[in-house]
Amino acid sequence: MQYQSQKVAMPYFIAAIGLFTGQILFGLIMGLQYVMGDFLFPAIPFNVARMVHTNLLIVWLLFGFMGAAYYMIPEETESELFSPKLALLMFWIFLVAGALTIVGYLLVPYAGLAQMTFNDLWPTMGREFLEQPLPTKLGIVVVALAFLFNISMTILKGRKTSIALVLLMGLWGLAVFFLFSFYNPSNLVLDKYFWWWTVHLWVEGVWELILGSLLAFVLIKVTGVDREIIEKWLYIIVAMTLITGIIGTGHHYYWIGTPEYWQWFGSVFSALEPIPFFMMTVFAFNMVNRRRREHPNKAATLWALGTGVMAFLGAGVWGFLHTLAPVNFYTHGTQITAAHGHMAFYGAYVMVVLTIISYAMPMMRGRAANSEKAQVMEMWAFWLMTVSIVFITLFLTAAGILQVWLQRVSETPLGFMATQDQVTLFYWLREISGVIFLIGLIVYIASFFVEGETKEAA
Amino acid sequence: MSQTFTKSMARNIFFGGSAFFFLLLVALTFDTMQVLPKRDHRENITPAVERGKMVWEKNDCIGCHTLLGEGAYFAPELGNVYKRRGGEFVKSWIKSMPTKVPGRRQMPQFNLTDQELDDMVAFLKWTGEINTSKWPPNIEG
Repeated sequence: MQYQSQKVAMPYFIAAIGLFTGQILFGLIMGLQYVMGDFLFPAIPFNVARMVHTNLLIVWLLFGFMGAAYYMIPEETESELFSPKLALLMFWIFLVAGALTIVGYLLVPYAGLAQMTFNDLWPTMGREFLEQPLPTKLGIVVVALAFLFNISMTILKGRKTSIALVLLMGLWGLAVFFLFSFYNPSNLVLDKYFWWWTVHLWVEGVWELILGSLLAFVLIKVTGVDREIIEKWLYIIVAMTLITGIIGTGHHYYWIGTPEYWQWFGSVFSALEPIPFFMMTVFAFNMVNRRRREHPNKAATLWALGTGVMAFLGAGVWGFLHTLAPVNFYTHGTQITAAHGHMAFYGAYVMVVLTIISYAMPMMRGRAANSEKAQVMEMWAFWLMTVSIVFITLFLTAAGILQVWLQRVSETPLGFMATQDQVTLFYWLREISGVIFLIGLIVYIASFFVEGETKEAA
Repeated sequence: MSQTFTKSMARNIFFGGSAFFFLLLVALTFDTMQVLPKRDHRENITPAVERGKMVWEKNDCIGCHTLLGEGAYFAPELGNVYKRRGGEFVKSWIKSMPTKVPGRRQMPQFNLTDQELDDMVAFLKWTGEINTSKWPPNIEG
């Protein structure tokens, strides 16, 4: 660690891992409710568990992104953070606001929560992923602006690298497109249309800029490959991301009332969306093969390579699987979507945050890398979590194919619940894979507490 | 990548490409906004439909159900439920929850008033009349 202020990243990473654990526990509750419908009912109905599961995911990834930025930007700009105190203050505000929101979901019926938080004055709640009460949404904006101010000021006074620039654009984009969550017209079609401007332009747009810059940063550090080469790759990857992904938004505009030309725009451009992900895989392997140093942190290198592969499989391949309009006509809103969602989020965003944590945490603890023993344990966690997410995806895909066949393609279609009864076996298998994922996560957390011989950070 | 392809060329493709396609999205959005009134039948959005959407949102229905295919995949699609079941069935179904059948998926009791139930049905009826390019493939959603 070259700059003292980088250390503010540490609480962000710890909070991220804590909330990640909560996310997985609620995922397991939901998985069980798929097969034992009345599990924990009425204490935690499925919709509440799902809100907690998805909101925790979003919040912990945001913690991860912010921590990553606070760690990376001083090294990239070669100057201390503009204000480490502001970064620490925002950490506590975000953590308390996030925790209160989750507690609110769990303890108060949602309609009551809406009442308490002035949703009638400005209704924004009750839309998928944007369920947060108005005060929480405003809090996110305040925290994001303070964070962006801090990062932007640091970049302004320091060295301006391409990695820092792409990261900054991704983070500003994240804040700007979140503003669409405040727009909730009473016309459902308009509501859905612009809801995607937050959701799609986040995960298939600006978040990928963040992903790319995090990956590029770690690859420079662990491979020692020339910055010029890495940054050229980064620009090409994020260029392809936005060239395909922006109009790729059209793959959400097939069946929600929008004009039919979106079926063409959406199909053509989103069929190209796997390209940047494939390039990311090639990029990661290429740079590691051309490495000019043997970095002692093997675990971080493994996470970086894993991000490339799994993002390509989850976002690229599983996205392509159901993105063409004639296919999507049958698969829209089935377990196929769930399968894609799980592997894409894990492969792209979970893994890249764990990559930067894997690289940065040892540095912040005063060593170049963790002990051999700790790294072996972390790599076990990598394989346990990655293999189980692959199986979760495969089982949900199987469930989805059966669901499509029985409920949508058949000449004598079954009803929704009758179909669900037919695919129970796959839901059980998914739940078992989920338990193995949790074991992997426990091993991951335990790896932070393994001692052993380490070298001082350079 | 070869030496003739420089970083600044890559950067220009990034800025130029992103700006171009974002403007294209804005242009297509503009066109979509002109066409939408014929497809969403907004002239039929009555105050009851508006209130119904609020009831839908305040009870986080999207946390279990899909609506035009978007939402959670735990419970049936409701974009066409008005056609599939009719308004009276929807109201009596909501009122009789939870079924408490052991082992079955349970829907909470939301204690909706008669007015809220009527508004919800109005919202679901209007939603069912949106031109969704023939989706879903059949009445089961």
